[in-house]
Amino acid sequence: MARITLSNLAHSYMENPKSKEDYALQKMSHVWEDGEAYALLGPSGCGKSTLLNIISGILVPSEGEILFDDQVVTHTNTVDRNIAQVFQFPVVYDTMSVRDNLAFPLKNRGADPEYIKKRVLAIAKSINVEHYLDKKAEGLSADAKQKISLGRGMVREDVNAILLDEPLTVIDPQVKMKLRAELKALHKKLGHTMIFVTHDQTEALTFADKVVLMNEGNVVQIGSPEELFEEPANTFVGYFIGSPGMNFFDIELSGNNAKIQDDNIDLNFTYKQLTGHIELGIRPEYISLCEEGKGLKITITRIEDVGIHKIVRAQYKNQDISIIVPEDVKITKTMTNMSFYKDHIIIYHNSWLVKGEKT
Amino acid sequence: MNKTVNQKAWFLVLPVFILVAFSAVIPLMTVVNYSVQDTFGNNIFTWVGLEWFEEIIHSERMHDALGRQFLFTSIIMAIEMPLGIFIALHMPKKGFWASVCLVLISLPLLVPWNVVGTIWQIFGRSDIGLLGHTLTSMGIDYNYSQDILSAWSTIIVMDVWHWTSLVVLLSYAGLQSIPSAYYQAAKIDQASRWSVFRYIELPKMRGVLLIAALLRFMDSFMIYTEPFVLTGGGPGNSTTFLSIDLVNMALGQFDLGPASAYSIMYFLVILLVSWVFFTVMTNIDKGGKA
Repeated sequence: MARITLSNLAHSYMENPKSKEDYALQKMSHVWEDGEAYALLGPSGCGKSTLLNIISGILVPSEGEILFDDQVVTHTNTVDRNIAQVFQFPVVYDTMSVRDNLAFPLKNRGADPEYIKKRVLAIAKSINVEHYLDKKAEGLSADAKQKISLGRGMVREDVNAILLDEPLTVIDPQVKMKLRAELKALHKKLGHTMIFVTHDQTEALTFADKVVLMNEGNVVQIGSPEELFEEPANTFVGYFIGSPGMNFFDIELSGNNAKIQDDNIDLNFTYKQLTGHIELGIRPEYISLCEEGKGLKITITRIEDVGIHKIVRAQYKNQDISIIVPEDVKITKTMTNMSFYKDHIIIYHNSWLVKGEKT
Repeated sequence: MNKTVNQKAWFLVLPVFILVAFSAVIPLMTVVNYSVQDTFGNNIFTWVGLEWFEEIIHSERMHDALGRQFLFTSIIMAIEMPLGIFIALHMPKKGFWASVCLVLISLPLLVPWNVVGTIWQIFGRSDIGLLGHTLTSMGIDYNYSQDILSAWSTIIVMDVWHWTSLVVLLSYAGLQSIPSAYYQAAKIDQASRWSVFRYIELPKMRGVLLIAALLRFMDSFMIYTEPFVLTGGGPGNSTTFLSIDLVNMALGQFDLGPASAYSIMYFLVILLVSWVFFTVMTNIDKGGKA
């Protein structure tokens, strides 16, 4: 197990990258703590696979270094990095039994047979496959196979990190939930550093201690799921995390007053004078519907009832907004306005979060 | 859901019926017809029942040809299957050279059978053939028209040259379809080259190898043109395989009745062995899933 340090890391697939656009991964420096579960989250093409391949050793970064603990491994190959990887679809050795599959990495490293036996049994128990250890791997279901791939990664006690590259893609939705929970429990029990790549925010938020959100080759924010939800560092985070994403309004800001078109909103904080593009962000969860006379006037266009709550799609002066209304709140015809929970209003300056001072 | 019943739909399979009847069933039936009758010319036939079958089953001639046939097929399969896999494993996976290799490998498959026979016949001649002349001048006693060993080795080398490509192409296709993640996982697990072959490549190629083995069995079991052109079945009867023997009987001696019985049994042997082959191989397949 190891702490992973990315030091001034950048990568381009071109030989002579000139502009910023030529880089698949923009320059970054981060330290990922030992034993934590990280989720690399982001839309397709954001560079998360590139980053994973650099960590696993398939790619050598064009700039910067990568360290496991204090050891530079930038040019070390996959095998010597001593990592384990679980792929998008299950990779098992079809003709081997489950037991042999789990024992394979240890056998190849010449471990003691007694130890292998004990270790395989222990891992089989923790991934719940001990009752079909002697079955051939070929006939098993996709999720069982994926568990075996995972088990093969964890069977070595000394692995520096376990990398999971969208491992739940081929798993049925019902089983997905279960497997995700098992994965999390396993991480708690065994304490390996885990890096989980996904484009599914639910997966990332439920699995990880820390979510690394990426966009266009940048790490936009690293934080706990709660931080990403409550205080998105960037408008992209606000938009990407949450379903539906955050609402944004262009505003004119002066002190603790935000002017959205013709409407004025008093803020809880006072802000410095800023020049540039200023936006007010608020999550759909933190907007409520109210009667005329309070808040801002809106036109409701559609109500989607998703069971646990209702998503109200509305228009505020030609701008689309989403509001989440608790299931027990009845939406009446007279509810033509919206109001914000002021504690949860966030101000963005050129897409990045700015904090004000308490008034 | 209600199923609609429409018996007229049977007419839609009629064209296939007619086609199969004319291309396979009727010709086969004429053979069946000959096999139970005897004639002394003038188009007069007499019913003889299963006499021809009994005669052929007990004839030493058929036993010998069958033995030679099995020996030949086993030898070429024992060479072509491993060799084909070996070549496929060592071919470039992509790029310019992959295409070059594929074209070169496919070339022998495009040469017509009798041309293959002719090529090797000339190639093996000790006066003008490169192979024959070289071997003779090295002091090796090589003469495919006189020496049994020379004749057999030439035919085997010729078949390997002609048909290994088929195994290569099929294995290559099987190898190409293995996702790179498997190799990566094997690397992480520190699997040896042999383990990669044994536990990843071979299991993933199983399907195509089954097809390759079946095709090679059937084709080699029916081999006619190449040995006929090269040795004509000789020296003596040493390279008279089943189909050469059959043609001798049917067209050389014009023994239509016994030849028909021979044909039918020949056909049944191929059918039987192919079926056993297929069942065994697919059972191995299923064995993995149990």
